[in-house]
Amino acid sequence: MGMLSFLTGRTFPRGVHPPGLKEATRDQAIRRLPFAPRLVLPLAQHFGKPSRPVVKRHQEVVRGQVIAEADGFQSVPLHAPVTGVVEGIELMPTARGPKTEAILLRTLPGDSQAVRWSSPRDLSGLSREELIRAIQAAGLVGQGGAAFPTHLKYAVPEGHGVDTLVVNGCECEPYLTTDHRIMVEQAQEVLAGIRLALRAVGADQALIGVEDDKPDAIAALQAQIGPDDPIAVRKVKAKYPQGSEKMLIKALLKREVPSGGLPFQVGVVVNNAGTMAQLGRLLPLGEGLIERVITVAGPGVERPGNYRVPVGTPLRYLLEHVGFRGDDASHLILGGPMMGNTVSSLDVPVTKAVSGLVVLPQAQADAAPETIHPCIRCGRCVEACPVGLNPAELGRLAAKRRYETMQERFHLSDCFECGSCAYVCPANIPLVQYFRIAKALNRERLS
Amino acid sequence: MASLGVLLAGVLAFANRRLYVFEDPRIDQLEDMLPRTNCGACGEAGCRAFAEALVAGRAQPAQCTVNSAEMNQKIADFLGVSVGSQERKIARLACAGGSHVAATRARYQGLKSCRAAALVSGGGKGCTWGCLGLGDCEQVCSFDAIRLNRYGLPVVDVDRCTGCGDCVEVCPKDLFSLQPESHRLWVACRNQDPQDEAMAQCQVVCTGCGRCAMDAPEGLIRIENHLAVIDYEKNALASPVAIQRCPTGAIVWLEGKESRKGSGARKVTRKEPLPRMEPLPRV
Repeated sequence: MGMLSFLTGRTFPRGVHPPGLKEATRDQAIRRLPFAPRLVLPLAQHFGKPSRPVVKRHQEVVRGQVIAEADGFQSVPLHAPVTGVVEGIELMPTARGPKTEAILLRTLPGDSQAVRWSSPRDLSGLSREELIRAIQAAGLVGQGGAAFPTHLKYAVPEGHGVDTLVVNGCECEPYLTTDHRIMVEQAQEVLAGIRLALRAVGADQALIGVEDDKPDAIAALQAQIGPDDPIAVRKVKAKYPQGSEKMLIKALLKREVPSGGLPFQVGVVVNNAGTMAQLGRLLPLGEGLIERVITVAGPGVERPGNYRVPVGTPLRYLLEHVGFRGDDASHLILGGPMMGNTVSSLDVPVTKAVSGLVVLPQAQADAAPETIHPCIRCGRCVEACPVGLNPAELGRLAAKRRYETMQERFHLSDCFECGSCAYVCPANIPLVQYFRIAKALNRERLS
Repeated sequence: MASLGVLLAGVLAFANRRLYVFEDPRIDQLEDMLPRTNCGACGEAGCRAFAEALVAGRAQPAQCTVNSAEMNQKIADFLGVSVGSQERKIARLACAGGSHVAATRARYQGLKSCRAAALVSGGGKGCTWGCLGLGDCEQVCSFDAIRLNRYGLPVVDVDRCTGCGDCVEVCPKDLFSLQPESHRLWVACRNQDPQDEAMAQCQVVCTGCGRCAMDAPEGLIRIENHLAVIDYEKNALASPVAIQRCPTGAIVWLEGKESRKGSGARKVTRKEPLPRMEPLPRV
């Protein structure tokens, strides 16, 4: 296997091959939409402590201005995505469920919406610490979905040398083409971001992992790499979940992140290609993260494509503008269909880490039969699980509510909920759903 | 072979002497008198642990809420201690939003479990805090004390509830809590949205209008985040006066199996589920 990897492309063991379904959006340039009349900006858009608002009701703000500051190092600031007026700070629905505090911003109609809060600067003289602080000030979080503050990834604990920066350009989720388009159209910014990230994290080399179904992205990136850059593009096999950081590290470097550990323990920091593009664009300009590219796709969308929208744009507005073609029972999925979260409210906004909105009308969503059959011990889930767990056994324990045993003996916490097991299960057992319940209950029990 | 047998028998006899653990024989007898449901309502890990605690004098017989009073008296007589007193606790649900009064925002489709639904964007209910009505509590209850009514709302059978707390643990919205029987004034709502928004979600919602707080004795009820909160430290002051003017009937007076709404509460006549509150955009 290993010797033939130059033929088959680098990859990790096991995994699944869902259909890509990217044809509708991958060859279309990124477009802009008109600004939404009202933005919803949750204070907790990132992993860590929520931001602290520094604006008041009825206050006028300009595009790019800081409206909520970072609450300590484990937090990031929030910038105003539009010029407008603060309507208030209220509880608003989120994709996760519980309502959280959000700043409501009414867009000023007729404004040019130019960024009026920036400080272009020369970054060449900055030290590592200064760079990390600048990244935090930009409000940058991982653009792939986890929303982990980028500066926290670079602040590697003492005693752990990081030698490699891995840039994730896999985008293995069906439908999503956000990173693909960014790599094709903004290759220069991606590379600028990688050069800055290399300095901030103190790594020697950067490897960009791109799936082999995106030759145009690979070519665009390669064209931007200078002769002195310690940066290389590596083709990896198009397979799900290739874009999971632990799987990508395994594919590119043959290193294995320890159970329950983080990539820096094997000398690696992983960043999404979209995050690199934001970094390469925002940092030299001294701006904050105020907009992002999101794929809107699926059979329920009239004009699928990649759209650059301000953070905080409500889904209802987005759907109205791309043309909603589904029925009343459509599933609206934030993120990709494998790991994304179905939302229950259209007031939920696009946040910093939302990479896609997939609309599946009822017919598509219901294609899978609802009846759950008993496990026939075929072992397909075991062959699919990328982290090498035994989903069949875990599922059996979950049905008996033995959640603690699942953790203690079968390493439940190593499951990152990619859904490969449920995807291949011929008995239609909702394995990953069981595991999510078990993990939630175990978390509650511990806290 | 025979000598080996004798040798091993000797080892066993020796081990029996040296490794013998004395255990109070009363523990076994007590365990027979306990309900053996291992529900944990007493606060111990199970019935045997409770029996050990009884023998050690760490617990009082009345702490077992599953046993009948006569049985607990028998245990007390057996041990020669007083029964002790333990106010009975009952699981109470802080939501009254069945499908006929509480609107849905989205149709949930998937595993028929509140836990699973709560993980998908908090479930499809209009009210973020409300009961999802998929019956995890009904399933987890070992005493058959919780039944979903026709509107998908769990109803606690006061006579059967032992206060074991399984439903408290399983509810993803944390709507159940164990309340002493003397807590008769009860706010059956957790909605923290302001009035108009809350009313759009549910007809029996607490809007935080503050009428109950005004009518009740000073300090018994306060309004926090658009929600009436009862201070049970001052429970002695509670009376049905507080519920009289509630416009939605979110605050109730519990009487045995009944929960009484005030006379000012809007009457609910609807039986069918409410339509969806947030239709998808039309092109």
